[in-house]
Formats: sequence, C-alpha cells, structure tokens
Amino acid sequence: MTRPTTAHGAPAEDGGAVTAADPATDTPVAATGGRAWWRGAVGRTALVLLLAVLAVALAYWRSGSGVVVSQAVVTGILIGGVYGLVAMGLTLIFGVLDIVNFAHGAFLAVALYVTVEMTGRFGVHPYLALLVAVPVMFLLGAAVQRGILSFSIGQPLENQLLITLGLALLIDNLLLLVFGPNPRSVALPGDSGVEILGAVATVSRLLAFGVALVLAALLYLLLQRTRLGTAIRAVAANDTGAQLVGIDTRRIYMLTFAIGTACAGAAGVLVSPLVTIEPTTGELFNIIAFVVVVLGGMGNVVGALVGGLLIGLTEQLGALYLPGQSPLLAVFVVFVLVLFLRPQGLFGSKA
Amino acid sequence: MLVLDGLCAGYHGLQILHELDLRVDAGEIVALVGANGAGKTTTLRAVSGLIRSSSGSITFDGRRADGVRTAELVARGLVQVPEERALFGPLTVEENLRMGSWTQRRGGNEEAALAEVFDLFPILAERRRQAAETFSGGQQQMLAIGRALMARPKLLMLDEPSTGLSPKLTWAVLDAVRTIRDRGVAVLLVEQNAAQALRMADRAYVLESGSCALSGPGPELADDDRVRAAYLGL
Ligand SMILES: Nc1ncnc2c1ncn2[C@@H]1O[C@H](COP(=O)(O)OP(=O)(O)OP(=O)(O)O)[C@@H](O)[C@H]1O
Ligand SMILES: [Mg+2]
Repeated sequence: MTRPTTAHGAPAEDGGAVTAADPATDTPVAATGGRAWWRGAVGRTALVLLLAVLAVALAYWRSGSGVVVSQAVVTGILIGGVYGLVAMGLTLIFGVLDIVNFAHGAFLAVALYVTVEMTGRFGVHPYLALLVAVPVMFLLGAAVQRGILSFSIGQPLENQLLITLGLALLIDNLLLLVFGPNPRSVALPGDSGVEILGAVATVSRLLAFGVALVLAALLYLLLQRTRLGTAIRAVAANDTGAQLVGIDTRRIYMLTFAIGTACAGAAGVLVSPLVTIEPTTGELFNIIAFVVVVLGGMGNVVGALVGGLLIGLTEQLGALYLPGQSPLLAVFVVFVLVLFLRPQGLFGSKA
Repeated sequence: MLVLDGLCAGYHGLQILHELDLRVDAGEIVALVGANGAGKTTTLRAVSGLIRSSSGSITFDGRRADGVRTAELVARGLVQVPEERALFGPLTVEENLRMGSWTQRRGGNEEAALAEVFDLFPILAERRRQAAETFSGGQQQMLAIGRALMARPKLLMLDEPSTGLSPKLTWAVLDAVRTIRDRGVAVLLVEQNAAQALRMADRAYVLESGSCALSGPGPELADDDRVRAAYLGL
C-alpha cells in the first residue's frame, strides 16, 4: 500500500498541522479496547443467559412435571444469592491481597457455630445473630490478617496457599474440639412456605436471598462510592501507586481481609437454618465459592454475584439432569468448561 | 528543602548507593542524570521510604525523613512520580486524581487542587470519566504528574517522565514541569534524555555507580565535555 505524498514527496500528515504542545495528537490506543471489552461482556452475559434459559427449557421439556423444574430454578436462584455473597468476599480478598484464601469456608463455619450458640443458648432469632456474627467475623479477619498473613506478603504464592490451607485445617479442628462432631441445626421460628411460580420457597430461603443481595449491594456501594472503597480498588490496581499517594496499604490489606471475612460470616448466619451444621460444613461452601470466583473472573466483585446465581442454578438443575449424583458434579462440569473455554472467567479481562 | 548526606541504600544486602550527597533547595529544578543502572531510581525509592537506607541521612523540610513511612512523607509534601507511573488502571481519571489527595484534609482544598491540575492538563478534564488504563503513554504521564500534584507537594520527584514519549510530548511534559516549579514546587528530575533535563535545570548531579561523579549548574554540565562524551553521546 502506498501512502499519499505531498508535493515534496514527504508522507502527508493525516491530522494536518498540530501545535507542539497538543497532547491530543498522542492518540489513546486502548480506548476502543475498553469499549470492545464492554461489548464483549454484554455479549457473553447474553450468551450465558441464553444457555441458562435453554437449560431450564430443556428441563421442562424432559420432565413430566413443571413443578419440579420451577422448584429447582427458584431454590437455585435463592441459594445462588448466598453463594454470590460468599464469593464476593473471597474475590475481594483475592483482588486486593493477591491470595486465594482457602480458609474462607472455615470462617463461614465459625459464623454457623456462632449462630448455633446464640440461638441455642440465648434463644435469639437466628437472623439477629447477624448483628453479632458480622462484627465478630470482621474482627477475626482483621486479627488473622495482621497476626498471620501479613508476614507472608511478598512471599511466593505457594507459601500463602499453604498458610491459608493450614489455617482452614486449624479452624476446622478447633470447631471439632469445641463443639464436637455431632451435627447441629438452627430452626427459624415461624418458618413457612411461600408459593413462587408454582414452586414453594421457605421464608428462610427468601430472607437469606434478600439479605444477601442487600449486603452485596452495600459492599458494591462501599467499593464504588466511598473514599475508602476507592482506596481499596486503588490498592488492588497498583500497590506501589497506592503507597505513593500516601495510602497505608497495610491497613487496607487488613480492612479488606476483614470485610471479606465478614461477608463469609454474614453468609454463614444466613444459611444456618438451611444446612446441617458440622465442623466441615464450610468446606463445601469453600469449593463452591472458589468455582464462583473463577467463573466471575478473579477479583471481579460483580462477576462473583452473577457467578453465584449461575452456580446456584447449575447445582439445582444438575440434580435434575443427573439424578442420584452429587449436586456438585454439575458445578464441576461447568467449572471445567469455564477453565477450558474462558480461563479468565466470564467478566475477567485477559490477565 | 531536601538534603541527602552520605546516603547508602540497596536491595537485600546488595548496596547500590554509596555515600550519596545531594541537595534540592526551594524553588529549584534539580536534575539527576546518569547511565542505566547508576542508581537514580534507587535514590528516589530511598528518599520516598519505599526502601530502607542502611546509613547516612535524609532530611526534608528541616526534619529527618529516613525511616519515615511513605504515607507520612507524602503528607509532609514529598511526592514522587515513579518510573512506571503506577497509575490505578481500572479507576477513572478523576478517581486517580482524587486518590492523589488521600493525605490531604478533605473539603474545598481537593476541588481547588483538581481545578489546578485540570488547568495544567486540560485533556484530563475532558477525559475525567475514562479509565486510566485506556490512556496513551503521554496522557498517562500527565495523569501521573497530576495525581502527584493533588497531594500539594513541596518537592516533586519525577523519574524519567519522558520515557516512551515522542519528542513533541517530551517538550509538553517538561514545559509542565517548568510551570509546576513556577507555581512554587521544587523539582527533582531524573532523566535519560539528559541534554534537555540539564538545560532546564538550575543545578544537576551526575550519578555514577551509586555516588555523585559531578555536580554543578545544569547548563554548565550540559556543555561539559566529560558529560557530553559519557551521557549525551556527543
Ligand atoms: N528491586 C531490585 N532488586 C535488586 N536489585 C535492583 C532492584 N532494582 C534495581 N536494582 C539494581 O540496582 C541498580 C540500580 O538500579 P536503578 O533502577 O536505581 O538504576 P537507574 O539509574 O534508575 O537506571 P535506569 O536509567 O535504567 O532507570 C541496578 O544494578 C539494578 O539492577
Ligand atoms: Mg530508573
């Protein structure tokens, strides 16, 4: 291809004359890239929604009774909101501190036992336990980060993985030691069924879903709209830059870990009436949250919420498609597919 | 304003700076030049408290500055624009700038500082809602300088602000540096493009293997045969 030339034979300046100090001539290459990413994200969301609708439609068509499918969809979305909240905490910690916290589920289990004790001993309404469990888990998270994890900052990733893994084992065994191996449960006083789309949802599930969404929205607003939240995102984006504007990054690490742990704590209280409570109950949530975080894009808080809803749905529909198998099987199939097709997750950018 | 006295610093026991003496007075542009690996960036890191000095002293604004946390130094008015710019990529231009005033008391001050930065770099005002990572090299450098100015520095340290910029943009950035000095901010300027930096500097230091090889008025060094041979490739 030949470029048009001027009478003097020199290549013509495309933009005409520019003043020496005009910064606009230095064109932003990546601006269109950002818009393209956005379009891609919308496209992928549409595709995933389409797949979900297809899966639901297929389930209706296959099964004789629509009620079973409606029940799976409603239950899946409701529990998915809680998965989303757990995963938001995990993904936030990953985004800011660059560690995969394998003790996240164990923290959730601690909150379960806090709820058991408060309802059992003091007869408190389970959801009132939020007022105690969330601050307690926040403080526990802060203490663990400052007391244990802060010493591994800058160390190889394997060290940090081993530390959080060890922490998970430690917490599991402490719970076993203190509360014993017997399964416990929490009853929600006045729990009853509500009919949605022909399916029945218990009030406890509806409340768990609603409160999880409210907390997720609060976390989102904290991150997007407050000065502290902006600082947290700044540390996640560039550590050195954050230090150089005078942000005390150690304090942000501690706060972020505490906030993430508080999310796990809140989720623990919310699911307490829905699960059988054992010292290892947290591990199931840990696995699911990890899958959700990868699905939503590591470090992406909104992606974690969407991913949570999708995984909740997958789990329940999977039980329909693959009767008699563990509900986790379908979750893992989705996980492997995501790792294979889009390892950076639905909303992650290439990293 | 800034005085380094026999400063020694390095990484993990590897000493890079050897008894470095350096001074920046109020209202000055001081250039720090030297070959790749001479220790220019290391000097700025040590002054900003990103790495610990092993001996010697750093004084800023009449008070000890070594062993002080970066955040505290920024609050005192010692601010650095690092070599890699270290912007907050996914955050918007305005969020990047507002984070720059993290150590300042909130209120009207921040808005006034923002207006000053927008006045210096109008492009930042036009693109205030755009993510920093979508900026070109030149725009990123302006944003990095703007973010540093939001902290109301008394001394601004710039590490190779012209890296990766066209000659035209380099002039634009160096012009801005002069404007910043005229607004009363002292400047410590590290540059690879030593010729331009030396000509605009009031005084300059030539760094060689972690200590000061030459120093003097900038334009004088720019004409010094030894400097021309070693660093300007003339
Ligand atoms: N993080 C680090 N760990 C170990 N050594 C380092 C580190 N950073 C720099 N060095 C070494 O310190 C010496 C001085 O590096 P420095 O970055 O200060 O040079 P510079 O003068 O800024 O060079 P340039 O012009 O290339 O930016 C080099 O030998 C370099 O290899
Ligand atoms: Mg350097």
